[in-house]
Amino acid sequence: MPSRLLHWLMAVLILAMLAIGIGMVATVSSRYLTLVSWHRPIGIAILVLAVIRLWNRFLNPAPALPASVPPAQRLAAMASQWLLYGLMFAMPLIGWGMLSAAGYPIVLFGSLQLPPILPHDPYLFACLREAHTVGAFLFFAVVVLHIAAALFHGLIRRDGVLSSMTTGRPG
Amino acid sequence: MEDESAKLSGGARVVRLGAIGAVVLGVTAGFAYAGGWLTPGRLTQTTVIDGFEAQNGTHIGFRRNHAKGLCAAGWFDSTGEGATFSKADVLASGRVPVIGRFAFAGGMPFIPDSPGLVRSLALQFKPPHGQEWRTAMIDLPLFPVANVQAFYAQMIASIPDRKTGKPDPEKMQAFKAAHPETVAAMAVIGKRAVSSGFSNDTYNALDTFEFVDKDGRSVPVRWSAVPAQPFSPAAPQDKQDPNYLFDALIADAAHHPLTWKMIATIGQPGDPVSPDLPWPEDRQHIDLGTVTLDKLTSEDVGPCTDINFDPTVLPAGISTSADAIPSARSAAYSRSFMLREKERAAKPPSAVTETDVLAGGKS
Repeated sequence: MPSRLLHWLMAVLILAMLAIGIGMVATVSSRYLTLVSWHRPIGIAILVLAVIRLWNRFLNPAPALPASVPPAQRLAAMASQWLLYGLMFAMPLIGWGMLSAAGYPIVLFGSLQLPPILPHDPYLFACLREAHTVGAFLFFAVVVLHIAAALFHGLIRRDGVLSSMTTGRPG
Repeated sequence: MEDESAKLSGGARVVRLGAIGAVVLGVTAGFAYAGGWLTPGRLTQTTVIDGFEAQNGTHIGFRRNHAKGLCAAGWFDSTGEGATFSKADVLASGRVPVIGRFAFAGGMPFIPDSPGLVRSLALQFKPPHGQEWRTAMIDLPLFPVANVQAFYAQMIASIPDRKTGKPDPEKMQAFKAAHPETVAAMAVIGKRAVSSGFSNDTYNALDTFEFVDKDGRSVPVRWSAVPAQPFSPAAPQDKQDPNYLFDALIADAAHHPLTWKMIATIGQPGDPVSPDLPWPEDRQHIDLGTVTLDKLTSEDVGPCTDINFDPTVLPAGISTSADAIPSARSAAYSRSFMLREKERAAKPPSAVTETDVLAGGKS
């Protein structure tokens, strides 16, 4: 149960973050400030949830894929899942590091502020800013792939993989 | 469980694959919409900064606006009077370090100094154990446009024509016809007394912000930096020295630390938030404290170069208002900052070099 709750909570947050992120770099309206003010706290929330989730995964390992899944798909599933985990950690950390290197205060809300995790440095900022964009597109691509694969299991193969994450019962 | 895909009929399989395709397409379309790809007319950071580059040329490593500048450092002695209206740490009485930057508005980093150019002062107040406050002010009494759409339209109308090298007067006329508020603001701006230099100039934040006190009460506020250095009117342009106004600033600072009083004007409900509209003269003014700038440094080595003077970097106790211009500035500045920091290694020396600063200016 906690595994599924964490999954769906993070699914909503990550999809929202991808949309907020891409939206806020493409507007000069008053929405810009609103989106930026959501982006920072949600990013940190995802980082905290990712830590909890990884810990939970060690305590409650995910159910094995059905034996009928071919080895190539098995490998793809594993690689994409660990890529998703990696990005859940990397993207908030890159964002935090990027704001640190840019010399911005890292305000979550009101007077709640995070300390910088990197020195104020233009080169570091430029690299991390670039990495944040590349990471976002990669994240989006893997999320879409993940959704398509889950639906493929649920609608075509009907092998219980999707239902183990929705109802908690394989099939 | 077993793979049951073989049990699906060919038709059912196609329908289900189609459904998966539709979900993938839907999510991608949503993402593309958020990113502005489906609305090419939307004004974005990229269109605004491209507009600056079309108007001024691309100057690698420089700010896309307020390109020609000089760093300053000093401190702020807060009177504590602002604490009546705002809970910001920086407005409690005491001393706070300040980094500043003097500049000309416009995207040309090597434009010769002239009295007709708009001057700016950007400040970063950074309490060692509190939240920082950044502000970027100009020496106009009003902002000439009401919103970012008008700002962009005016910028596009003033892009020099490729053949004549000058803006197309018809486009400017069309802009003015569509924006009577700019014509009205320009009439006020045209009547201002232009000071002789950077050090005796008054810089206005123009935008409307809000002061929020510890009980959560907020009041609209605008602020200005008012010089202690006495006013004298601008002289004609010195054509011998392309940096004569910066050189005079360097000489003034070498002679005596330069000070400005930070004056907040407290608005009343119903006062306009748009920066092209003035507030009534009788509004309450409070003296927040004095900014002293005693050390000038070229951007080539100075502390202001890697600071984005984003006017929405505000401590708790100061917030943005319904005025949408700060959001637009923040968005556009972030793109300019990203570009120039990426180009940082390739940036040529700034117009005002450290040699100029060390020479003590010309007085």
